[in-house]
Order: sequence, then structure tokens, then C-alpha cells
Amino acid sequence: MKRVFMACVLTLAAPLVPAADKTDMAQLHQEIEQLKADYEQRLRALETRVQKAEASAQAAKTDAAAAQTAASAPAASAPTASGTAFNPQVSVVLDGTYGKLARPPAQYAIPGFALGPDAGPGKRGPSLGESELAMSANVDDKFYGELTVSLQPEGGASVEQAFFQTLELPAGLTVKTGRFFSGIGYLNEQHSHVWDFVDQPLAYRAMLNNQYDDDGVQVRWLAPTDTFLEFGGELLRGDAFPGGAATGNGPGARSAFVHVGGDVGISNSWSAGLSQLRTQANNRETGVGSLLDKFTGDSTVSIADFVWKWSPQGNPVYTNFKLQGEYLRRVENGSFTPSGQSAASYDGVQRGAYLQGIYQFMPRWRVGARHDWLTADNPGAAFTNTVLDPNNHTPKRDSFMVDFSNSEFSRLRLQYNHDQSQPTTDNQWFLQYIMSIGAHGAHQF
Amino acid sequence: MPNKFLPRLSAALAALLIANAAPAAAALKVFACEPEWGALAQEIGGDKVDVYTATTALQDPHQIQARPSLIARVRNADMLVCTGAELEIGWLPLLMRETGNARIQTGQPGNFAAADYVHMLEVPAKLDRSEGDVHPFGNPHIQTDPRNIARVADALAQRLAQLDQADAAYFEARHSDFIKRWNVALQRWEQQAAPLKGVAIVSQHKAWSYLEDWLGMKEVAVLEPKPGIPPSSSYLAEVLDHLKHQPAKMVIRAAYQEGRPSEWLAQRAHIPAVELPFTVGGDAQAKDLFGLYEDTVQRLLKANQ
Repeated sequence: MKRVFMACVLTLAAPLVPAADKTDMAQLHQEIEQLKADYEQRLRALETRVQKAEASAQAAKTDAAAAQTAASAPAASAPTASGTAFNPQVSVVLDGTYGKLARPPAQYAIPGFALGPDAGPGKRGPSLGESELAMSANVDDKFYGELTVSLQPEGGASVEQAFFQTLELPAGLTVKTGRFFSGIGYLNEQHSHVWDFVDQPLAYRAMLNNQYDDDGVQVRWLAPTDTFLEFGGELLRGDAFPGGAATGNGPGARSAFVHVGGDVGISNSWSAGLSQLRTQANNRETGVGSLLDKFTGDSTVSIADFVWKWSPQGNPVYTNFKLQGEYLRRVENGSFTPSGQSAASYDGVQRGAYLQGIYQFMPRWRVGARHDWLTADNPGAAFTNTVLDPNNHTPKRDSFMVDFSNSEFSRLRLQYNHDQSQPTTDNQWFLQYIMSIGAHGAHQF
Repeated sequence: MPNKFLPRLSAALAALLIANAAPAAAALKVFACEPEWGALAQEIGGDKVDVYTATTALQDPHQIQARPSLIARVRNADMLVCTGAELEIGWLPLLMRETGNARIQTGQPGNFAAADYVHMLEVPAKLDRSEGDVHPFGNPHIQTDPRNIARVADALAQRLAQLDQADAAYFEARHSDFIKRWNVALQRWEQQAAPLKGVAIVSQHKAWSYLEDWLGMKEVAVLEPKPGIPPSSSYLAEVLDHLKHQPAKMVIRAAYQEGRPSEWLAQRAHIPAVELPFTVGGDAQAKDLFGLYEDTVQRLLKANQ
């Protein structure tokens, strides 16, 4: 406003001095210019003062708001250094069990199956489970990264997952690279702390060493439909059981899977899938101590899975029910060398399945039952009395559990297994705790 | 037959891809996390938006699972309209990540968080889970104050115009019409609700801070000992005891919550238990945003008599 006013004054004043000589004019001009500059400077100063005042008023407002809400507690709104502000989400899962097993776990064997290194029934007595340390964050606008380290109770750590995943590929494509749980089946991708039982179903235990975790690349494509439809494939290193000792430059394992899912009304939702994992084993060693069996050949696991979830009005907080089942079929084809014997050609089919139901009957309390079983082909006389001999036994198990979750972050569980996976029945009791601290976990389906 | 099948399949696939690649010439696909934002997007977007609402008023917005159906919807969405402030922390980040939909990732215009545009209450000074399921950015139930709806409406109209510039004028026209009607309604509700000023209430979950702030009601007790932790009977007895010294006129809860704790207290303290719709669809009257507050005020007034 002032500037406009000055300009008006000048234009009006100019014709009022018609006879003034040139030097006077020039002097006047100079003076006016100076005045203008002076005013402009003052204006600028004024503007910055106003801006500052506005900013501090805003700050005062937010401060006041913070103070109001913080009430009694001291304000923790001290500015965090950017080094910590950009820290990834960190979470730790503490897991421990108390186990009471009638039969010694060290001698655990399932007739007809060569078991991987983690396929035991659990420990006797109190024991620390795997403590899991996870960090995750968006790397930038295009990538997401996650690291999960599993700390072994006996010391040492292993990398459970370490991958990055794309966030912005076109047409519903997602690529994951690094080490991760394969997307096959339903249970395979789930971390142990979200399992509904202490242990994995027998089929996962015997055929996938509980979970197939490997290094490689995963590509998934999500169809642009309102019903969930996803196709995926993986090229993997192939070091993990049922593969083993990958040596080539190419992938030692590959997988393909398709998952569909949707809602039925407001109270029900479901998902189903078909998957296949093909691995090549190269002198894969199984067994305990020096009694090692070796297998070289192809191992193919096919899985059909389904999950059905129900909760009244789709609100699972008070009561909900989950029915879940998977069928696994493994074909192994190659040369098997039982410990202390010579190699023989092996071509066998093994099958396994489980069906389980989990019912939350009141807030925080759930009960669950599971039945699982395995069958293995008789591989013939060459393998009589080796681990591959099913000995006319059909391994099966019934499990029951009850758990209590004080909050989303804590869970205590009691489980009983009537375990007939071995010819002699084992009665197993487990008490388990799972405590999550740090970042809020994701509510997976 | 097989020689016909393949061309047909590829034609179908091509059609699918083209349909997918086509720009949002049709309606803008909006994925609303909660019913109130679905309703607001519909008010402003009219027939230029295609709104899918992920949750209902009878579901606890904290406790949603990343269901396959939700993943499929987010994959196709042009825009997310959610509360933010970590209300959806358990499921929305997973949906965003699993779909890899570039349009709706954090920082994109297609990612709209209502809580960014309102003044947050109860921002905790201390973050510790022993305090229950606390939200570091403040109480996320911002929709219980209708003044917040107007604030979010302003921002949402701008965002819709940014995403679909061709229809910017349309959105602005609908927005100003909505605000006009909203202000009239707001005045009416505030007049009607004048007797509620200073009224002491008990709430079942700490979900009503914004409503209390709007109507000047006083929360003297909460039935959950900590946010998200259900009350035990001994804790309820403590609350009942507390009410002897500091009486309240009513105990309120959201439609998605189980009635037992508030009914228990109501019976013993001889005060009415009021179920409020909480969001659009929470009861028969709360058909839209106007009905939501109309009914909320009426129910509170009735209980206050």
C-alpha cells in the first residue's frame, strides 16, 4: 500500500515542478529514489518480522497443545536428531517353552522320512526358543527392506530373512530379492511367533524342515480383479532342505504358486492356493551325528492350501473362528545312500496333511485343535530298516492348545500333543510364551 | 477347440491389461479405510469417484486383518482415504506393501490421511506399551467431532482436484455445497447439544475425546484400564466406586464394542448406557454423515434427561 501511495505522490508531484532546472530535477530524483529504497527496505524488514511472528505464534500454538495433552508428564517433544528419526522399525520377539516329552527328543525319527536338521519335536524342560530381532523400513520411494535375525539360544545368530521388495512397479508386479520365506503354501511364509501351535504340522516338519527359507528372487503379479488373484514364482539358491548343497551357477530351486481369496458376506473370508517347489539336492545330508544319509536327485513338493475365517460382522475382537488345512505331496527321485550302506536308486512319493481349527471364544482367549498325518511309499527291499522304511506305520498326531493374549503383543500358550508320528506314542506338553516388543506387528491374514 | 481357446484367452488378457492401463477417465477409485471417510469422499466426489469402504461401523478399526479382498481392492485403488495417525498401523502398511501400488504409497498424492489436517488431541508425552495400545501421534478417533469433518473435507476436495484435474470444478462445487449444508447442520447440533455442556460421562474406550472436546462434556472415567485392554470385573468395580465420589450422567460406547462392560456399570450406577453409532452405518439413523451426528446428539440428549 505504501509503495503505491508513494508512486501516486510522485506522479502527481512531477507536473507541479515544470520550470525547475535539470540539476534540481536530478537531485529530486535521487532523493526520491533514496526514499523509495529506504521504504522498500523497511517494508522488507516489516514482512520478515510478520513472518517470524506468525511462525512463533504457530509454534506457541503447537507447544500449548502439546503441553495441554502432555499434562502431568514432562514434554518429550525434544527434536530428535535425524539419525534416529530415520531409524527403521525395530521389533524383538521373545519366545520360550517348557516341554514335557515322554520320549527322548534326540531319538526322534519318523519312519519313512529322512528328516532335516530342525525337524525335532522340541526340547524337554525349560528352554529359550529363537529370539527374533527384526528391522524394516522403506528404503526410499521405490523399495522396502527387512532384516530378521534369529538368535539361537545356544549362541550364534542366523539370518532368517534379509530382503528388499519393490513398492512401485507397474501393473501389479512386486519383486522381492534376498533371503525370505518362500511364498508356497499358507503356513510357509508365517513367522513362528504367529503360528497357532508351538510346532509346525508334521507335513511341514518332515517335508520342508518346518519352513522353506532360501536366497533368491521372487516375482508376484496381482491381477487387477476385485477378487484376490495372485501368481508368483521364485528362483532360489536351493541350499535349504529338501534341496541342499547347491553348486551350480543357476538356481537350485524354483517355485510357482497361485493364491485366490475373497470375502463371503461381511462375516466370512477365505483364501486358497496351489504351489509347487522343485529343488535339486546334491549330497543332501540328513540324520544325526555320524549316522548320515545322503540324497542326490530331484525333490518336488506340491501344496494345496485353504483358510476360512469367520467373525461376527467381520469384527474378530470378541469371537472368531479359523479353519485351515493344507495337503502336501513330495516326490523324490534320485539316488539315496543310507548311512553305512551303498547308494541305491530311490523314487518315492510322500504325502501329508493337516486340518486345524482355532476358536476365540472370548476376548483374549483361544482354543485350538489340530490333526495331522503323513504317509510314505514303501521304497522297496533296498531300503529295508533305513529311515525311508515306513515300517507299516502311519505317522499321525492330535494337538490341542489354549492360549491367552493379554494384548496384541503378548501370548501365553498351553499345548498337548498326542504324538503318534513314531511307532511308540509320545504324550507331549508344552507351555509357551511369545512376547513382542517394539514396532507394531502386522495383522496378516 | 484348443486353437480357438488360445486367441480368446490372449484377447481377454489384452482387454484386462488395457482396462488396467487406461487412465482414470472413468471414476477415481477410492479405497476408504473407515466408513466416515468413504461417506465424505462420496459427498465431495459424487459420481466422479468409485468408493470402496474397507471396514464397517461394527468393526474395530484397530483390529482389521490384511484380508485378500482388501489387498485386491488396494491394488486397483487410485487413492487411499484413511484416518492415519497409526489407527490402521496393523493392516494398512501391509496392504500398501503387498500390492506394490505406486499411486497410493506414502508421499504420493493418492495417499490421503485425514489426521494430517486436524489438531490431534492426547498426543502422549510418554510412549510405553504398559500404557496400553497408545498412539504416538495422538488419539486417532478424530471423526467424533464434526468440525474435523469440515476440515478434512477442505483438504480432501483439494486432493481430489489434484488427482483428477479435469473435474476440479465439479469437486469444488460439491465441496462448497457440502460445507454450506454442514455449517447449517453444525449450528443446529451445537444449539441442540447446549445442555450437554459440562455433563460428566464415562466412556468404554478412549474413543470420544474429540466429541467431548466439541460438546464440552467431561470424561470422568474410562472402562478400559488402558487403551485396548478389556476391563476386568475388579477394575469395573473400581470405576463404580470412583463414580460414587464423582458421579456421571451416562456411560457411552461405540457400536462396534461389546455392550457388557457398560451395561454392567450402567445397572449398578443407575445411569443409562448409550450406544453411539461412532461412524456412518453404526445404527439405522446414521445412514450418512449428517445422520451420524444428528443421531449422536439425539442419543446423548435422551440419556441426559
